Amino acid sequence: MTPKKNNISFFFKQLPKNIFSGFVVSLIALPLGLGLAMASDAPAIAGVITAIVGGVIVSLLGGSHVTITGPGNGLVGVTLVAITTLGLEGAYAAIICSGILIMLLGFLRMGNLADFFPSSAIQGMLAAIGLIILGKQFHIMFGHQISRDNTIDYLIEIPYTINDALHYENTGLIYAAAAGVLSLFIMAFYSKIRNKYLQLIPAPMWIVLLSIGFSYYFELVLHQNNPIAKHYMIPAIPSFSEITTQLPKVSFSNVGSLAFWGSVLSLTLIASIESLLSIKAVDKLDPDKRRSNVNRDLKALGLGTIGSGFLGGLNVVTVIARSSVNVNNGGTNRSSNFFHAFFLVVFIVLFSTQLTRIPLPALMAILVYTGYKLASPDLIKKIFSVGKEQLLIFFVTLLTTLKFGLIIGISAGVIITILIHFIINKNVTLFLRHWIKPNVLMFKEDDEKSNYYVSVKHFCTFANFYRLKQKLDAVSENKDIIVDFSLCEFVDHTVMDNLHNYQNKFAKNGGHFDIVGLDMHDTDSKHPFALRKLQAVPKLFGYNLTKRQENLESIANDYELVYNADKNKDSAFLNLFLFFKTKQINYIYNELSADETNSRLFDIEFSEGEFIAKEVIRASMLHINLNTSIPIFSLDRESLIDKVYAIAGFTDINFEKHPDFSKRFHLVGENQQHIKAFFNDDVIHFFESNPYYHIESNGNSLLIFSRERLASTKEIKALLDFGKRLKQVIS
Amino acid sequence: MNNKIFHTIGIGVAFSPNLKANISEAARLSLFFESTLILIHVGAPSSEKERQLQDILKPFIEQGLAHEIVFKTGEPVNVILSISEEKKVNLLILGALQKENFVQYYLGSIARKITRQAKCSILLLIKPSITRVACKHIVVNGLNKPKTKQAISTAYYVSHKLQSKKITIVEEITIKEVAVSIEDDKSLRKSDIIKERLKIREDSRVKKIISEIPQAYKSSVQTKTQSIFGKRGYSIGHYAQFVRADLLVMNAPTKTSFWDRLFPHDIEYILSELPTDVLIIQ
Repeated sequence: MTPKKNNISFFFKQLPKNIFSGFVVSLIALPLGLGLAMASDAPAIAGVITAIVGGVIVSLLGGSHVTITGPGNGLVGVTLVAITTLGLEGAYAAIICSGILIMLLGFLRMGNLADFFPSSAIQGMLAAIGLIILGKQFHIMFGHQISRDNTIDYLIEIPYTINDALHYENTGLIYAAAAGVLSLFIMAFYSKIRNKYLQLIPAPMWIVLLSIGFSYYFELVLHQNNPIAKHYMIPAIPSFSEITTQLPKVSFSNVGSLAFWGSVLSLTLIASIESLLSIKAVDKLDPDKRRSNVNRDLKALGLGTIGSGFLGGLNVVTVIARSSVNVNNGGTNRSSNFFHAFFLVVFIVLFSTQLTRIPLPALMAILVYTGYKLASPDLIKKIFSVGKEQLLIFFVTLLTTLKFGLIIGISAGVIITILIHFIINKNVTLFLRHWIKPNVLMFKEDDEKSNYYVSVKHFCTFANFYRLKQKLDAVSENKDIIVDFSLCEFVDHTVMDNLHNYQNKFAKNGGHFDIVGLDMHDTDSKHPFALRKLQAVPKLFGYNLTKRQENLESIANDYELVYNADKNKDSAFLNLFLFFKTKQINYIYNELSADETNSRLFDIEFSEGEFIAKEVIRASMLHINLNTSIPIFSLDRESLIDKVYAIAGFTDINFEKHPDFSKRFHLVGENQQHIKAFFNDDVIHFFESNPYYHIESNGNSLLIFSRERLASTKEIKALLDFGKRLKQVIS
Repeated sequence: MNNKIFHTIGIGVAFSPNLKANISEAARLSLFFESTLILIHVGAPSSEKERQLQDILKPFIEQGLAHEIVFKTGEPVNVILSISEEKKVNLLILGALQKENFVQYYLGSIARKITRQAKCSILLLIKPSITRVACKHIVVNGLNKPKTKQAISTAYYVSHKLQSKKITIVEEITIKEVAVSIEDDKSLRKSDIIKERLKIREDSRVKKIISEIPQAYKSSVQTKTQSIFGKRGYSIGHYAQFVRADLLVMNAPTKTSFWDRLFPHDIEYILSELPTDVLIIQ
């Protein structure tokens, strides 16, 4: 362990980075907070209060590292129900009670609560939440506010609203709908444009900035009133002094009623499940690969919720989208969560009047997009590929949730899963007899390799996965572990899904996680052909190459390279590169390799963010294996943003002798001395006289690419040539 | 340590399809352990039954087996227990039943009751065979209990007599003893250190027991210790099944009450699903 003193200085060294990423996150948190609160029928400021209280309390007391807390989109539906049935004052009381329950869950070490639900049922529930958000806000986005009793009615009326919007005569409404649709476009296409300058400000903030700018344009330039209908603007936002002095009334008068406790339970369940899932997903993104203490986080979230409820805020949950942005912008510890709260306070103090210039439809477009992400058709496709029975579980949960609410919905999902397990196995006793048995054995093999060996008996499903999980969690991720299912009669999708996560986690940390003994299982249809296919059909893509692939093949012939179009999941050689530290590599394909020079050019698919904030990116890259060891560095074109980052603590290595190079290139790395020695005159002249590439070293190999997109054939030739000459220069 | 542990071996005889295999197994063991075999049949004596038993025993009698056949009517559990006591049986052999379609074994209700009440050691056979199947690997528990020493020395005695190749002494350590719940990297490191410490402690305790066992018994057999973190009684059965051990040697439980059956632990787990042949040392 590192000594304490070191930790403090390390913390301060990382502080600028965290302040910066906290700032970027606050840019999203502000519009999202306003929107989520409005969608729940709470005052707009409630969402921001939630984020501020949550950010401060959880960053000080929490147990996770790079998560961001605030109002959650999962809770929109239940909060809405709470506010309509109990009134705002009663709802605050329910929120406070749910905070107490969440804290209790933390004290009871129920951090594994989310593991007790089948993953398809959870996905069905999340999709239902997505549809609840989308269904209601879609109409507001089109400037057509309606109020129905049932979520399904909202969904059915979507076509009518679109039709109505096309025939608006009121210009105020037309502008409102236009703002909504435009914002939706920004949300949908923002991630497709991978421009550094554009990406510096998150999409929701672009929407806010554009709409405030639009309003000022009309006021200051055209000297007209804002053309968007008045009642489609955000209602007045109290100033900071009003928020702190006028605390809302909390009414516990409904405490005896069933509706009150129903709301409390729903809030608790959804808040804790959303938080736990988010924490799990964010842990996958953590650049330092730490483990979160979920129980401690639950306690902090509960305390945050209590505080937030008293101050007029909503439930505090861990949120995935904002956390993903935090990781992507260099957040490394909880201080970024704190600073996100801090900047929100600054915004409210300085700009609370400007915020009323945001049109409601634009804000709701942000929510429609998150709702769509939760219930996207891709998700259904993915679940179907796992198995028809998973789709059944998914839809049963989804429809019951829409019709009867969240608690009944998730219960239905659990029940249908259990029934399906009974039917698939044609056996009930297997589950009843062995349910309470400690069916997992783990021991350390006593030979010199000392693997951990885990043997699972009887059955392993969501109902008893926590036993297996408990054992697996007791092993640190850089060890070798073998999970043996040969004594186990039935393994369900939830378990396989979770084990896959473990596999990724172990692979990233340098350990091994093997699953054996599933060969005899019928249920293994989930991961069916991948292995067999490779041997049986060697030239699978031979007859259906795309134009680009044909071009690649001819390049391969020209340059005497070997071309392989197949997907290759073995991407471990890329794990050590800094660029992939916060990204998940899916596979590489279209590989051009030359055996004797150890270099290969490939297309790669990787993802950024997790869960609903996941973005899939494809790019072409060149990997060169060097036989010597070189310092670890990363070289890129120096841009305006790097100057911003430089203020935030990312230091650029500059050379006094080469002012041109120092000005144009952004060079970072830990070991400055070695890097300066490595970049001799020849190398620097080479870079100065050649086009810009992103070049990274991991100590013994180089990764080179120009943009985060697939390269054209011409660019590929250039890249190949560049790599070849670079290798000559440095060796 | 005396040379003979099992002076008298008893077996309950029912005229089932497994009769020949059960008796052959018992007779073979009696020869290995140089003990007298008592066949106990619950039912009225008849010359027909007697002849049938003699037929099966004939090849073993030729090798020098001393035996006795007892007939007595009554309630099976009581009869077998009272005769075992009367004849001073040291080891009682019981056969297990195999579940239909499954490679899983469990004890019949009679055998289960006898196991709980018997004052002598019990051997539960899951797969009796007419011809000999060598017993290669013995797993024995190394719990921190007074009877453990006897169980381990008996395991060595048995392995010596049956010429087994390998003994694994399993130290089961309950999660409670670790006393750190793993929540993050820090507590994980802490629990790893405690586990390692516990493992060393248990190892040295078991090593001390092994050192007291006569060299003659130890020389021809390979000894291994394995620590397991898991539920007492259950994990060792799981382990024995996993390593395909031929015999599992366990301490008899100190007491079993109604609650133990409702919330099974230790030996009760083993009885509910027999991993392999089990020898319970009294």
